[in-house]
Amino acid sequence: MLAEKQMQRSESFCHAPIIELDGVSFAYENRPVIDCVSFAVQERDFVGLIGSNGAGKTTMLRMIVGLLKPTSGSIKLFGQSIGQFRDWDRIGYVPQKNSFNPLFPATVREVVLSGLYNRNKLFKRVSKADAVKCEEALHAMKIEDLADKRIGQLSGGQQQRAFLARALINNPALLILDEPTVGIDAETQEGFFHLIKHMHQHHNITFLMVSHDMEMIRSYLGREPKQQAGKINLYVKHSHDLEDCVETNLTHSLRELRHAMESGKVGV
Amino acid sequence: MDILQLEFFQRALIGGVLIGITAPLMGLFLVLRRLSMIGDTLAHVSIAGVALGFLIGVYPVVVGLVFAIAATFAIEKLRKAYKTYAELSIAIIMSGGVALASLLFTMGKGFNVSVSGYLFGSIYTLDSIDLILIGSVTVVVLLAVGLHAKELFLLTFDEDAAAVSGLPTRYFNFMISILTALVISVSIKIVGALLVSALLTIPAACSLAIARSFRQSVVTVVVIAELAVVIGLITAGIWNLAPGGTIVMLLIVILLLLLSLRRTGRSS
Repeated sequence: MLAEKQMQRSESFCHAPIIELDGVSFAYENRPVIDCVSFAVQERDFVGLIGSNGAGKTTMLRMIVGLLKPTSGSIKLFGQSIGQFRDWDRIGYVPQKNSFNPLFPATVREVVLSGLYNRNKLFKRVSKADAVKCEEALHAMKIEDLADKRIGQLSGGQQQRAFLARALINNPALLILDEPTVGIDAETQEGFFHLIKHMHQHHNITFLMVSHDMEMIRSYLGREPKQQAGKINLYVKHSHDLEDCVETNLTHSLRELRHAMESGKVGV
Repeated sequence: MDILQLEFFQRALIGGVLIGITAPLMGLFLVLRRLSMIGDTLAHVSIAGVALGFLIGVYPVVVGLVFAIAATFAIEKLRKAYKTYAELSIAIIMSGGVALASLLFTMGKGFNVSVSGYLFGSIYTLDSIDLILIGSVTVVVLLAVGLHAKELFLLTFDEDAAAVSGLPTRYFNFMISILTALVISVSIKIVGALLVSALLTIPAACSLAIARSFRQSVVTVVVIAELAVVIGLITAGIWNLAPGGTIVMLLIVILLLLLSLRRTGRSS
C-alpha cells in the first residue's frame, strides 16, 4: 500500500516542481529581507538553504510553509498556489530542537501522533489505523521504548528522532527541516544526517533543509552553491544524480539502518 | 453538614463543580503557552464591567463578560504593537481594568457591598440565572475542547507545526481567548475576580509537577481543581469564610504537597 501511494504520487506530480518560488520578496515593515527570489525544487531534489544570520533563511522557510505571506511574488507547492494548497499531509516538518518547553507534559507517543493532526482531519477522532502508523514511525526511528517518556526527558538526539518520526508518520513527499541539529553534539548530528541521507537516496522524498552545518551540506550537496537567492546560497543534489529508489518500505529500511548504525556496521 | 441542605449553598456547590472543570482546563492551555497572566488580566477587566453593570442596572455578569471579551481583543492589538515585549500589553490592560473599575466604584458608592462579593467571591449571591449561565458556558467549553482536543494539543505544543499542518491557528487562538473570557466572567461570582486566575493556573502548576502525558495532565488539573473547590466551598460554608480564599489556599497546599512528594520521590 505504501508503494502504491508513492507510485501514485510520482505519476501525478512528475511534471510540476514540488516547490516553486516566482519573484518572491519579503519585507518586515520597511526593511526588505528577501528581494525578488525565484527558484524551483524538483521531485526528490535535496536542497540546502545556507546563509549567515539575517540572510532570510527562516523567513524563506516560513513563507514556503505558509506561515508568512510574501510581500510580492507567488509560491506554489505541488503545483498549487499556496493559498489553495490543502494537501498538508504531504509535508513533514522538523522544527529546531529548542522549539518547545522541556517541562511540557507530553509523551513521545503523543508528539509523534500529532503529526497526523491536520486541516483535513479537524473533526475526526484518532483511529486504530492512526495508532498503527504511530507505532510504525516510532519503530522506524527506534524510539518505541521511549514512547511513554515525557519528551523533555529525552536527549537532544532522541528528541530530534521523535520529531523526525512525527514528520514521517504521514509518509510525506516533502520533508522540511529547520536547523534540525542546532544544540546537538557532533556525533549525534552525524547520525542524524546519516538517516536523512539514507532517506533521500533510497526513498522518494524531497528535502528542503535550512542549516548552519557547512561541512555536512558541502559533503553531500557539493562544494559550490547551485544558485544564489539574495544572500542565501542554495546547495542542491538533484534527483537525476541518484539511483532509482529501490526500497519502498520506509519503516523497515530506516529500522535496519539504525540497527546497523548502532551495531557499528555503518561508519558513523 | 446542615449547610448542604440549604438551597443557596447547593447552588454554589453545583456552580463550583462546573467551573472546577472549565477553569483549570482553559488554564492548562494558557499556562502551557506561557500566558498565565491572561486569566488575571481578564478577571480585572471584567470587574470593571461588573461595576458598570451595577451602575446602569444591567445584569453585571454579562457586562463583565462583554468587557473580558473586549479585553482579549485589546491584548491582541497591543501585542502586535509591541511584538517583542508582548507581556507589556497584558500589564497595560490589567491596570487599565483596575483603574476603570475603581472609577466606576466611586461613582456608585451604594453598591460597595455587592461589589466585594465579586472581588473575593461569595456563596450567598449565586442565583438560578447565574447557574444557568455557568451551565451553558460549561457545555460550550466542553464541546469546543472535546471536539478539538488534538488540534489544541498540537497548537499548544508547537504552533509552527500546527500552522504547517494547515490548521487555522488564528481561529484556534481566538477560540482559546474567548472561552477563557467566558469561564472567567462566570467564575468570579464564586471565586472572586482577584482569585479566579489561581483556579486557572495552580492546577496546571500541579500537573506540570506530576503528569507525564498530556492526557494525564488534563485529568490531573480537573481532579485537583474539583478537590479544592468542593472541600473549599464546604469549609467556607461551615465556618463562614471567603470561598475564593479558602479554595485558593487549598490549591496552594495541594501544590506544596505535590512538590515535596516529588522531591522525596526523587531523593529516595
